[in-house]
Amino acid sequence: MNSLTNRKKVLESKQMNFWERIYLPAIINGLSITMKHFFKKRTTVYYPEEKRSFSENFRGLHSLKRDENGAERCTACGLCALSCPAEAITMTAAERKPGEEHLYREEKYASVYEINMLRCIFCGFCEEACPKAAIYLDGDIAKAGYIRDEFIFGKDKLTEPVIK
Amino acid sequence: MDIAFIIEKLILISAILGISLVIAMYTTLAERKFAGFFQDRVGPNRAGPWGLLQPLADGVKLFTKEEIIPTHASTFLFVLGPSLSMFTACITTAVIPWGQDLFLFGRQISLQVADINVGVLYVFGVVSLGVYGVMIGGWASNNKFSLLAAVRSASQNISYEIAMGLSIIALLMMTGTLSLREISEQQSGMNWNVFYQPLGFLIFMICSFAETNRTPFDLPECETELVGGHHTEYSSMKLGFYLFAEYINMFVSSAIMASLYFGGYNYPFMHLISNPNIAALIGVAVFFTKILLFIFFFIWVRWTVPRFRYDQLMKLGWKVLIPLAIVNIALTGTGILIFGK
Ligand code: SF4
Ligand code: SF4
Repeated sequence: MNSLTNRKKVLESKQMNFWERIYLPAIINGLSITMKHFFKKRTTVYYPEEKRSFSENFRGLHSLKRDENGAERCTACGLCALSCPAEAITMTAAERKPGEEHLYREEKYASVYEINMLRCIFCGFCEEACPKAAIYLDGDIAKAGYIRDEFIFGKDKLTEPVIK
Repeated sequence: MDIAFIIEKLILISAILGISLVIAMYTTLAERKFAGFFQDRVGPNRAGPWGLLQPLADGVKLFTKEEIIPTHASTFLFVLGPSLSMFTACITTAVIPWGQDLFLFGRQISLQVADINVGVLYVFGVVSLGVYGVMIGGWASNNKFSLLAAVRSASQNISYEIAMGLSIIALLMMTGTLSLREISEQQSGMNWNVFYQPLGFLIFMICSFAETNRTPFDLPECETELVGGHHTEYSSMKLGFYLFAEYINMFVSSAIMASLYFGGYNYPFMHLISNPNIAALIGVAVFFTKILLFIFFFIWVRWTVPRFRYDQLMKLGWKVLIPLAIVNIALTGTGILIFGK
């Protein structure tokens, strides 16, 4: 019967010849191959001590940015939470009091801003959605932990430190 | 029987037991390290410098694990299994000559626990006892996988013991003695038996792999078919004993191969060293080097060759190795007749 594709390969099971049947040449060949690997340079990166550099568009942990005066840029518009496919972001908005202009750039700010890192898939949509350039995924790899609560990152962990 | 003799033997026994345990301990590490090297990895390197404390960590872990004895298992036999494995693994070292005699405190101290004139037979007896550990453990577990593994290991050991014994017979025809010490002494210098008995050595080595349940013959603990094999139901240090006995067996069979075929403690130009003590100590070091090289070979083969299928294993044992061993006996006999050694 003609095959439908021309990729058909007829396999024939050959009888093993004498040298194949006594196994030993094959075994010696195998031993020499493994011995070559024994002396090869290892490609292992010793992770916690030694880190590979991230690529330029690597998406790591989020950070909430500040403007040039050190005020938080986020205005709690909620667009990031809306665009988040994993629904990882929650926030509470608050109104800026007089005298807090150096802390928050806009009149409305996020008093609570939490990302659940167990839900987050690091897609970066929040970064894209933000009209204020307030959130970037420019951090490190998310750390492992023992308790689920440890993975809910509040503003204390997310906000950029003030640059003096 | 004087006190000094007893003390001397006690020290020797403890030293040998200690050394074989330590070597077995570090073989577990070497196995994992070398496995890593063969696969372009680095192996365990976190416990201590270069992972040197890993065996200790493993030991502590095994000791502190929960001890589980299945309800339907026969408790006595269940405990007897690993104990027997460990026991038989340890007692073989009694007849191995570790070196030439030392002369200390005006005494001639033999570096062999017991120089019995049937040393080779003793080794064979103990080796065939070794399978009972696996069999009893597998039987007592009351688990079909363990039982299958026990049956497998019993038939495997019996099949390969025959070829092993036959390959030894050719050697005994040449040496004319069953005492391991005399066999070692006959190979002084570079007069090693492996040069006269290459085929015999090959058969003996393959059979040793089978007897110690090492890859490519590790069918009793074939994970793909039998879960954990004979130690499926074991936990804690009882499991540890099974695993550990395998490494001691490896050490012992390396020692036996080295002393039967690779000249034991002999090394070239040995007679040039005038001080007998120094010559003997170098001999011990040489012997251990040979053993370690064999252990390395065991590991090397394990990470190269895949496991045999069970029918292939049986075919190799009965249809290839045994006829080959018989041919080897005939060849040796002809050789002795012609060259008169
Ligand atoms: S990276 Fe994606 S999943 Fe994570 S918080 Fe931002 S939008 Fe949500
Ligand atoms: S981070 Fe950006 S998108 Fe999210 S609430 Fe703040 S300003 Fe809006």
